[in-house]
Amino acid sequence: MTINQSGWRPEMGTGGDDTVATYTGNRALMLEEALIFEIGDSSTTGVDIAPALKAAPRLGGLERNARIGLPGLSEPETVRHYTRLSRQNYAIDLGLFPLGSCTMKHNPRLNEKIARMKGFADVHPLQPQETVQGALAVIQELAVWLIELTGMYGVAMAPKAGAHGELCGILCIKAALEARGEDRPLILVPESAHGTNPATAAFAGFRVENIPATAEGRVDLAALKARLGPDVAGVMITNPNTCGLFERDMKAISDAVHAAGGYVYCDGANFNAIVGRVRPGDLGIDAMHINLHKTFSTPHGGGGPGSGPVVLSEALAPFGPIPFVSLMKDGSYKLVEEESAGALHPQTFGRMAAFHGQMGMFTRALSYILSHGADGLRQVAEDAVLNANYILRCLEDVLDAPFAASGPCMHEALFSDSGLAEGFSTLDIAKGLIDEGFHPMTVYFPLVVHGAMLVEPTETESKATLDQFIGALRSVACRARQGDAALKSAPHFAPRHRLDETLAARKPVLVWKEAELAQAAE
Amino acid sequence: MRYLPLTQPDRQAMLATIGASSIDDLFVDVPAEARLPGPIVGLPNHASEMAVERHFSNLARKNMAASHHPFFLGAGAYKHHIPATVDHIIQRGEFLTAYTPYQPEIAQGTLQMLFEFQTQVARLFGCDVANASMYDGSTACWEAISMAGRVAKRKKAVLSSGLHPHYVSVANTMAHFTGDTLETALPALNAATDAERLIEAIDDETSCVVVQYPDILGRIGDLSEIAAKAHAHGALLVAVVTEPVALGAIRSPGEMGADIVVGEGQSIGVGLQFGGPYVGLFACKEKFVRQMPGRLCGETVDATGKRGFVLTLSTREQHIRREKATSNICTNAGLCALAFSIHMTLLGERGLRDLAALNHASAVTAAEHLSAVPGVTLVNESFFNEFTLKLSKPARPIVHQLAERGILGGVSLGRLFPGAPDLENGLIIAVTETVTAQDVETLAIALEEILA
Ligand SMILES: Cc1ncc(COP(=O)(O)O)c(C=O)c1O
Repeated sequence: MTINQSGWRPEMGTGGDDTVATYTGNRALMLEEALIFEIGDSSTTGVDIAPALKAAPRLGGLERNARIGLPGLSEPETVRHYTRLSRQNYAIDLGLFPLGSCTMKHNPRLNEKIARMKGFADVHPLQPQETVQGALAVIQELAVWLIELTGMYGVAMAPKAGAHGELCGILCIKAALEARGEDRPLILVPESAHGTNPATAAFAGFRVENIPATAEGRVDLAALKARLGPDVAGVMITNPNTCGLFERDMKAISDAVHAAGGYVYCDGANFNAIVGRVRPGDLGIDAMHINLHKTFSTPHGGGGPGSGPVVLSEALAPFGPIPFVSLMKDGSYKLVEEESAGALHPQTFGRMAAFHGQMGMFTRALSYILSHGADGLRQVAEDAVLNANYILRCLEDVLDAPFAASGPCMHEALFSDSGLAEGFSTLDIAKGLIDEGFHPMTVYFPLVVHGAMLVEPTETESKATLDQFIGALRSVACRARQGDAALKSAPHFAPRHRLDETLAARKPVLVWKEAELAQAAE
Repeated sequence: MRYLPLTQPDRQAMLATIGASSIDDLFVDVPAEARLPGPIVGLPNHASEMAVERHFSNLARKNMAASHHPFFLGAGAYKHHIPATVDHIIQRGEFLTAYTPYQPEIAQGTLQMLFEFQTQVARLFGCDVANASMYDGSTACWEAISMAGRVAKRKKAVLSSGLHPHYVSVANTMAHFTGDTLETALPALNAATDAERLIEAIDDETSCVVVQYPDILGRIGDLSEIAAKAHAHGALLVAVVTEPVALGAIRSPGEMGADIVVGEGQSIGVGLQFGGPYVGLFACKEKFVRQMPGRLCGETVDATGKRGFVLTLSTREQHIRREKATSNICTNAGLCALAFSIHMTLLGERGLRDLAALNHASAVTAAEHLSAVPGVTLVNESFFNEFTLKLSKPARPIVHQLAERGILGGVSLGRLFPGAPDLENGLIIAVTETVTAQDVETLAIALEEILA
């Protein structure tokens, strides 16, 4: 101790006491917050609205007279309500958020500033095109980057998230088959695929069959080849895959699928691992979505919005959706919509959303890309992969890593629940990590590994943070191996203890009801 | 590179721990012919924050921002004043930089907000339940048609001619691939909605009728009779609301018998953003809840009995049900839902009603003013904050002429319905609280000169 040697010494007390009750139920900075329906009322408002002019109503006699039941709060109460709620959230701004497959990396604030420039944020999608040339230029500039980074022929910017991008790619495949006059009802999907892959194929009217994985966690090429045939429209392969491994046989897979007359969809959710080091176009794929909210760091906002542009091969590009931006000979940008599609893009499968894509995500992603540049993006992939391998190798002695023996991982490290004490599970490890101040990794996905734990650190973590995380996960893993009973009731220090999900599903309460109504509904 | 914390010595130390001699060792699984030797040629290298910002400022300046001009565009996206509080709160890192609330113990902020959002949407729409958001109104609309098909076990939907043409296009795209049949029609430039056509079209094969309220031309029609006919034939009524502020003034679709109500939530809290991200609203009757798409947040208790919230009924969703899921949606529009919810909380019922009244009165006044211009007639009898004018000439070139004069003067039907000569003189005008009397005067004078 070098400070405070001679002067006043504080009385330090005897440490925390969880059993002390408080009048409010709050605990200092741990503040409970009621629902707006409990603290607001329908006569309170937090906005000042100018009085309406006198005018005879023309509402077709459909005035809304009954009470709506929307509570209001004054502005200070509103700020406080949401600020208190915000403090019950974990976030990348608070610490490592190693959700595998989700690529939770730092969200630069420059991108927020740029997305809010009036020329982008305050522009209507149906303004005359000559009044939005700068916005169209942003879309085009981002499109060119995505094409260059993936080595593909074209890109559809319309899709609103990864799963919507999958739909875009699958519809392109369906339209291409239709143009060939073929009806192929089946899409093949590996067992390790994300749930959106089979769901998308089914949403677009395909049947889905699984392809098995090898003991090394990769697509079983022989099994795939054996299943190919004239009924197969295509395959959906994730690369790097959801076990965090690069599909070494990707080119062979593509060649085999093409030889059998099918198309190759690649789920590009894990593009972060290879950006700047590998171009998917060199592996023979026909379509791949890029989650801008993963690789290109647009903030996920607690559930979205996302954006899922789809890069396309020369074979599929003619079928891509409208609208899209085209650079004209005179240097202006043109939005190709329903009207001009007939002349400029006659084989399009059509429109998949109103207006033209997630502009607010395009500005952010392009800002991120320009900040990194070609050299920085390559470094992104390298650091992401380095960080994941560091975690894998520092933990494989305490956590079972089913595929670690076969070589390095890509941007995420996969562990299983093998070796935990009787009665202890992946869930307990996740909840233990919460007490350590970390967001847990992705759990129970991919399905091909028992009690999967998929750790994706991303490139924006320092070595010191990784070391602390490794120490924490090591400690929790050891407790789970030894059967530490306290782990079963973790988290102890979060705003809530374990929540009863069974109750929530058995008796769904999805909206708030006034007490009398809620009782009547019992 | 400012976003990458690893130092060169860190990288060396970590490679040593891993037992790799260089970073290339970690990419061994990539076939040699697919490995790029260095940064992709022809693309610029990294740039400073200042340089990037300058680049975007230059591009932003090339756009006409709505706030800088008399502005009258609507047709599915509306300009409203958004209180500064909304944008401040959605930029709090705890909301902005969180993921989908998979670990509820440390995501109660997002979850409670979603529970509040679901309740606000359900009440606004007059429905029992609402989900935690969809991508936008147009995709929510197809999801509703698709859900109605599952409920009714039928594959034919009847779409109102007043449904936003982009929404119709989206539905057509999907129906083409799923084998559903859609009955569609072009709107007519007159005051009546197409309720009669819809009632006529419903039969025992119909899964649902889809009606926009107010419709694309701004007209407001009672949905009760359509609902009654649909229900008599075992079909559902799907109502689509693209301007939710309207529901502060007019009856909710749920009150008139709609089974599923979907909408575009952009006009509350989200802003124009050149078309996205927006927020899809999705609500329905309680009995259909297990057929709903998307995330649902529900109330429960924790191990000590405290109230808390979780994502629930996930056996409908892709991560559990895979190809049997009700939808493929995963990421939705969470942060836009938060913006919607904050704005709605600031308004409250009183604020929403006042805002709606102000919008309507301003629109009525503007409609009278503009339809007094020679060569301009008002198509609507009923409307909320948006109406259609019929001009003496095609509206599309006029919109460009107005833009040259610095006026963003509405959406021409020629843009929305290309190749429909009967509609080409139509111009949709939205008048929200952001439009001043001076703006209307400016537009009236310009129209008069251009039409003369
Ligand atoms: C492998 C994989 N595929 C697809 C998706 C779906 O993407 P989105 O959530 O953007 O729709 C995800 C996202 O979680 C994913 O991890």
